[in-house]
Amino acid sequence: MADLFKEYENLLPRKILTEVKEYLPPKCSDAKLKKILVAVYKEYSDSRAQPGESVGLVTAESIGEPGTQMTLNTFHFAGVSELNVTTGLPRIIEILDGRKKITTTMMEVYLKKPYSTGKDIKKIAETIKETTLKEFVDEISINIANMQMVIILNKSKLKVALLTEDAVAKILDKGFKGFKFKIQKDQSLLVTPSSKDAALNEIYKLKEKVKDTYISGIKGITQVLPVKRGEEFLIVTAGSNIKELLKKDYVDSTRIFSNDIFEIQGLFGVEAARQAIINESMKVLDTQGINIDIRHIMLVSDAMTMSGKVMGINRYGIVKEKPSVLARASFETPIKHIINAALTGEVDYLNSVIENVMINQPVPVGTGLPGLITKTTKTK
Amino acid sequence: MAAKKEKINHFLVPEHSKLNDKEKKELMEKFHLTTKELPKIALTDAAIQHLDPKEKDVIKIIRKSSTAETTIFYRGVVNE
Repeated sequence: MADLFKEYENLLPRKILTEVKEYLPPKCSDAKLKKILVAVYKEYSDSRAQPGESVGLVTAESIGEPGTQMTLNTFHFAGVSELNVTTGLPRIIEILDGRKKITTTMMEVYLKKPYSTGKDIKKIAETIKETTLKEFVDEISINIANMQMVIILNKSKLKVALLTEDAVAKILDKGFKGFKFKIQKDQSLLVTPSSKDAALNEIYKLKEKVKDTYISGIKGITQVLPVKRGEEFLIVTAGSNIKELLKKDYVDSTRIFSNDIFEIQGLFGVEAARQAIINESMKVLDTQGINIDIRHIMLVSDAMTMSGKVMGINRYGIVKEKPSVLARASFETPIKHIINAALTGEVDYLNSVIENVMINQPVPVGTGLPGLITKTTKTK
Repeated sequence: MAAKKEKINHFLVPEHSKLNDKEKKELMEKFHLTTKELPKIALTDAAIQHLDPKEKDVIKIIRKSSTAETTIFYRGVVNE
């Protein structure tokens, strides 16, 4: 019996095989099983797309038609907070276009064991968030007569971020040359220019610059939100920086993910990016209540990652990769393509569909695909 | 050669493995292919660094699929 299953391992998908195993009657002879497997295999091979089937066209129709039903612009709110993420049609366009910079990046950070049950979750969330000086400042005042600036820091806010006044002063001292930062007795921060003949407007400029100085946290993360999902606590963030987060020991590195497909490609490779495209697209379609078979999305993401890196479905992406001049010209900016092809002396071998439609020849699709080869004999 | 890099353990990354010459030849004969015609994977791709890839290698990828449980996919290594 095991031998029979092994025989069919390369012929049938594993899911079908496990289903056959599951539904097998308790006492089944080898001969009967053989019959079942033969029948299953026949059914399976009949269900497959035949060679020459224009699957891309079917996919385009299948995504395009329900796509018209999608709500134009919707925002998804994660929990009660104001964290919003683009979904709906704009997000689908973003994914399929292969945009390098997406409008709202989002990350889900899963945590390792003691923290995933909710231990210190708020503390961790706060340390992840990128903070600038203005979040700790109560008041900034400039003393014109003494050419000084006094920054009063908020103690309780510093404590939440596990910082001290000294640490802040050190960071600022490193960042701004030409000024001295000192902690006074009342814990306020005194700023004096190191040279005496500094102009007053420089202090005013410094005041604005100092507010946006990076103090702590992970760069790029603007919002954090601890969420409970099922039994587990995780942190949802606005903005994303997986690379820095992987360095933290409390992060579960096997499950962290971002909605930025290019970030995933850079860190985990094309195959991960392909899977991310499928997941992200299906997530949007599911929230919209649209039923598109996942196989169509798989085909699209396979096409997008064919060249080893993620490419959008536009004239800068996969259309640019097409070998045929006429196929490229038929998509967008035809004159540019034809002129460039003429200048470089490109040859079109007319191997694909569009070129052949253009010149009125049978297209290599379905029965048009196979050629006929015959042996010719010379007649004397 | 640089030190061997660690394999990435992440839920999005499927299993990658390199085909040896014999397997590669069998694959090419089965599908009547050349390495050039396979879908590509960059030499610098993060997921294959632990395999020490070279140009024209063939990477076998065992994907997890929601429709077939596992599917096998092949990519040819390109240097771009």
